[in-house]
Amino acid sequence: MTQFLFSATGLKKHFGGVSAVDNVSLRIEEGQVFGLIGPNGAGKTTCFNLITGLYTPDAGQFSFKGKTYNPASPNDVARMGIARTFQNIRLFKSMTALENVAVGMHTQTRQGVLGAVLRTPAQRREEQQVLEHALDLLHYVGIGQCAHHLAAHLSYGDQRRLEIARALASKPSLLALDEPAAGMNATEKLKLRELLLRIREDGKSILLIEHDVKLVMGICDQVTVLDYGKVIEYGTPSQVQQSPAVIEAYLGGLHHG
Amino acid sequence: MKMFNTRQQQIIGFLLVAIALAALPWVAGMLGNSWVRILNIALLYVMLALGLNIVVGFAGLLDLGYVAFYAVGAYVYGLLASPHLTDNFEAIAALFPGGLHLSIWVLIPLSAMVAAFFGVLLGGPTLRLRGDYLAIVTLGFGEIIRLFLNNLNAPLNITNGPQGINMIEPVSIAGLRFSRTVDLFGLDVPALHLYYYLFLALTLIIIGVCMRLQQSRIGRAWTAIRDDETAAKAMGINTRNMKLLAFALGASFGGVAGAMFSAFQGFVSPESFGLMESIIVLCMVVLGGMGHIPGVILGALLLAGFPEMLRQVVTPVQEFLFGAVLVDAEIIRSLIYGLTMVLAMLYRPQGLWPQGKSKAARKQVPT
Repeated sequence: MTQFLFSATGLKKHFGGVSAVDNVSLRIEEGQVFGLIGPNGAGKTTCFNLITGLYTPDAGQFSFKGKTYNPASPNDVARMGIARTFQNIRLFKSMTALENVAVGMHTQTRQGVLGAVLRTPAQRREEQQVLEHALDLLHYVGIGQCAHHLAAHLSYGDQRRLEIARALASKPSLLALDEPAAGMNATEKLKLRELLLRIREDGKSILLIEHDVKLVMGICDQVTVLDYGKVIEYGTPSQVQQSPAVIEAYLGGLHHG
Repeated sequence: MKMFNTRQQQIIGFLLVAIALAALPWVAGMLGNSWVRILNIALLYVMLALGLNIVVGFAGLLDLGYVAFYAVGAYVYGLLASPHLTDNFEAIAALFPGGLHLSIWVLIPLSAMVAAFFGVLLGGPTLRLRGDYLAIVTLGFGEIIRLFLNNLNAPLNITNGPQGINMIEPVSIAGLRFSRTVDLFGLDVPALHLYYYLFLALTLIIIGVCMRLQQSRIGRAWTAIRDDETAAKAMGINTRNMKLLAFALGASFGGVAGAMFSAFQGFVSPESFGLMESIIVLCMVVLGGMGHIPGVILGALLLAGFPEMLRQVVTPVQEFLFGAVLVDAEIIRSLIYGLTMVLAMLYRPQGLWPQGKSKAARKQVPT
């Protein structure tokens, strides 16, 4: 079997009688931008929440970096190396942009109560590294000038970038983005596209859940299309684009009439 | 911090504050010993408010039963520094024929640790709860502790029930007993003043611990949990451990304050640890500015000192104005106290001295 960075097989999740995700399998190769698309209510975000441990799956196996894992708690998943963003931005609003990214480095740092209280040399060194690295990351996503602004005061597009910086702070192997372009205007989307391509160039794999088909088709290496909780197509963007099932799902019965 | 641009100015400022704090009981003592008592009680409240601030202000967990930890600390000290246990249990009397006289260096950490244990005990079952629900459970917890203290006098007399524990030994450090005026380097220092310096030292330690925690990885994790627990988890923060840590640390400060209260009063009873106390400490945190250490200290000093000041002022003022005491001082005191809280929350819901975020951020700028 080929070594995939991430794979999930036979994912299932019911909410009451509704089957939100039904037998979905995903495989992401190292260095890929993997797109998960589908119309509204197709189960993309549910899938995403299963992978990141926010929901417990009814069935399914997960493996990451060659090891199976049980996404029982989001903090364990994050510690393993899958960092995520949220569809509705969830920043720490009372903190500055810099502090938000510093929180993202939680898994990369060790110091506990004693270190903090005694302010040991190791703790001071770590703090210094945290703040420097956080600032670097803010510059990387292009909002370095906002480092000391409150997260809540940033513009919408910048908040999205900050979420990405915060996710990158944990040095993840897989960056999972839940609709990062939602609510963005055309210019912001273009800049987001550039950022995502840069992140891929720097060697990170990306799981991208997106509504905006154009963005997905432009940057993804592989795409899986969901509809009503099931995988209806899988392949490269151009393959997927020509699939009748996908056209059917997106346009409904329109092309019949 | 802007006032002191150079290191020298910083040192001068620091010395001035230190001198002022050291001289404070002597100045207050000139007005009467009751004022030094008020100072001491106010310092105890500062410790309590700072402890609760970790739970409520930093981690955003609404705790209405915080006084339970104060009570635990007070009883740990009370039981281990009074003849109560040796009087009631022959086995303990046999073990300690000379009576229980534990050193303060054992009693303070022990009070903190037992209180921290109770903090975890409260935190454990309430990890999934937030906001109102957590408040109700913690309120219940506070009452349970008080009821236990009230009723654990039969069949085994552990807490002596509503009568409380008497004859608690005063603090004694290096042979210096804090029970009467002592001669220190030719200066007669009253016991009250000694307590003041002890409480001040403990308060300063607690302030230092709080400040350093707040500006650390742990403090950031707490704030993250307070702002958005789901996102905090997604950042790999183990919210369970972080919340338990907040409960334990907050409780341990309450335990220290309780132990000191016990030693200071020489007497503890369940009556001192009612729900009202929890609410007052919470008011201090909220009035001062949740999560902001100087604000919380200000809130504690104001709410601890203000009623006492009114107590001293209301009666003479009435006598001066009307020639007689028309309304009982206690009633006016509660009235003004309540009114102040209402007005403060209407006009300053963020607290009197809330966190100035831009300033806090500037301090952290890496260079």
